Amino acid sequence: MQEGINIFEQDFWSINDAMNRLLQGTHAKIILLIDREGQLITSTGDTSRMDTSSFATLSAADFAATSQLASLIGEREFSTLFHQGERENLYVSLVADRIILAVIFDNRTTLGLVRVKTKSTVAELEKIFRGIFNKVRRESGPRKEIDDDFTRMAEEEIDKLFGM
Amino acid sequence: MALINYASREINSKIVFYGPGLGGKTTNIKYVYSKLNPSIKGKLISLATELDRTLFFDFLPVDLGTIKGFNTRFHLYTVPGQVFYNASRKLILKGVDGIVFVADSQIERFDENIESLDNLNDNLKAHNLTLDKVPLVLQYNKRDLPNITSVEELQNILNPRNEYRYFEAVATQGIGVFETLKEICKQVLKALA
Repeated sequence: MQEGINIFEQDFWSINDAMNRLLQGTHAKIILLIDREGQLITSTGDTSRMDTSSFATLSAADFAATSQLASLIGEREFSTLFHQGERENLYVSLVADRIILAVIFDNRTTLGLVRVKTKSTVAELEKIFRGIFNKVRRESGPRKEIDDDFTRMAEEEIDKLFGM
Repeated sequence: MALINYASREINSKIVFYGPGLGGKTTNIKYVYSKLNPSIKGKLISLATELDRTLFFDFLPVDLGTIKGFNTRFHLYTVPGQVFYNASRKLILKGVDGIVFVADSQIERFDENIESLDNLNDNLKAHNLTLDKVPLVLQYNKRDLPNITSVEELQNILNPRNEYRYFEAVATQGIGVFETLKEICKQVLKALA
């Protein structure tokens, strides 16, 4: 079974730092990091007018479906995807087999620049995530903050919100 | 598996509604969407055919709010029930934290429930998971229809060792919907701790 992803402070800031540098280096509009199960890990750029949860889920679904297409034609994986729109474009790369990096950009930049810069960011993120996955394996399981007390409080909240 | 982000203080868990075609999975999620306060729910996304049959999945994010400093969120998914969409079902189970199996109580759909549960077991295996590791709640839906299998019989076949909690439901009227959701959410959070 694949472990969950537990991200701690230091790694989180390294990830954000790498993504911010990519945003500035490419003049992209928004960059999102999503796990392959469809959950948003973090984002950079102005996401105030974007439904990031839906975007994350659909990106993961897009990647999952495409990866099945790859296997049907004998490829292990398509490691990048590109969707071209009239104004906005989307460039998606796979990081460490388990994470999706989505770069949204318009005509202020070019696909070539995005592709080149993203490649080096992917390598940087892969290093960080390999470290995270190893840490999860070593520590196996969430920290003490997710304890019985957390469960009790969460149950009360569930009763309150869903008690209809 | 759940994503726990200690830096941005977020916990996201994935709950999948599984079961035979036309059993009421999408109806469950639509009822939840219609009743929840707008401040705690996201957009309901349905990747469906023109005839409103689920093609890939339905998706609804539900925000539980902040618990012990963690913004706790459930992502609810349904799978397409129709037999030939198995590739989609398998994909959606990736990273699942909890499953609601929506069984159709109608006598003529009895075999399809069994096939769908077998199919769930097979698809979990593809992700190296088993029902011992993933919380499961059963929902016996359509209890208002005249031609239905008794709960005892459904239990004998789908839950013979009584390992899983079950709820009777009429999802079109919302009966049993939130009871089922509450139970699976609690089991998922318990499994996290």
